[in-house]
Amino acid sequence: MKANYGYTDGSGDYYITIETEGCLKCTEHDCVDACPQDVFAIIEDDYDDLVAAVVEEHRRSLAYVCSECKPASDPPPLPCVEACPQNAISHSW
Amino acid sequence: MITAGIDVGSKTIKVVILKDGRVTGRGMKAAGLEQAESATVCLRQAAAEAGIKESDIEQIVSTGAGRKAVSQANSQITEVGADAVGTVHVLPEARTVIDVGAEEGRGIKVSAEGKVVDFAVNEKCAAGAGSFAESMSRALEMTLEEFGQISLKSTRSIPMNAQCTVFAESEVVSLLHAETSKEDISRAVHDAIASRVASMVRRVGIEQKVALIGGVAYNPGFVNSLSRSLETEFVIPDDREYIGALGAALVAVERSKGNK
Ligand code: SF4
Ligand code: SF4
Repeated sequence: MKANYGYTDGSGDYYITIETEGCLKCTEHDCVDACPQDVFAIIEDDYDDLVAAVVEEHRRSLAYVCSECKPASDPPPLPCVEACPQNAISHSW
Repeated sequence: MITAGIDVGSKTIKVVILKDGRVTGRGMKAAGLEQAESATVCLRQAAAEAGIKESDIEQIVSTGAGRKAVSQANSQITEVGADAVGTVHVLPEARTVIDVGAEEGRGIKVSAEGKVVDFAVNEKCAAGAGSFAESMSRALEMTLEEFGQISLKSTRSIPMNAQCTVFAESEVVSLLHAETSKEDISRAVHDAIASRVASMVRRVGIEQKVALIGGVAYNPGFVNSLSRSLETEFVIPDDREYIGALGAALVAVERSKGNK
């Protein structure tokens, strides 16, 4: 499943997409510890699979929460994207 | 087998009771501040309509933003999962589901089995949900029904610049002062909501057929604007606001079988 967490507002689209098929093959769940803002948690989804999800408290404020990882000039690779062995995480902005 | 699905939305609570796969009772109530209490009243109402006692219900599954508030529920399912199951049950040909409620919109791609393939939820922007049309209709001193209808009589499209509901209301007042017709203002508001919803739905992609569910699907102005924005027609089920509760009741059937 492709899970898009986030929002569209007047300034743009702010979504983190998780390809949860990748999570089914993942044992370490490194995204959880890699994120300095605790954006990710491992949940049991509606189909009883353990997958990564964006925690509820951050779903409405991703542009702000992720801003430190995304400086305007020379943005480094994102810690969450780097940590995921399945390339399951992507950002829309 | 008798099961129930309870959908605890931000504004209303809906209950569907299924007996041997058939809907026999329904209930709807404003969520209010005490969601748990309202859910209990709503469940009682649906049980009375079904002609059963609450204790006859074998399995209850709750869904919606307030799903954890329902103490009677044996288990929960997300709104996305419940919408997928409920929609494919009533419209087996649907592969994309758009659910627009009072405070939130969801775009879901579903399989023929009613499983979620891809989903996006607009978690934040009230300007992409039904409550925006409601507050704008109040600003124009019209009922929501009138507001939705007159949008269809608009003869031109006016882009709304405001980024959120608070600024949009003052923009509506400015448009009124500029003697813009109510018809054109109504269309501008519905176009603005539709453009937010469309942008979210495009994240999951459109696959035919496209089902439109949720209470906002009763608003013809919104349906027209979204149809233009996504360049597609929709299939809109009867009782579109109950689809999430129906999905939860169907999941309750499956889970009940799994427990045996
Ligand atoms: S590291 Fe990647 S694959 Fe593993 S749980 Fe996190 S998102 Fe899923
Ligand atoms: S960009 Fe940074 S803050 Fe945002 S999810 Fe990734 S690691 Fe966490």
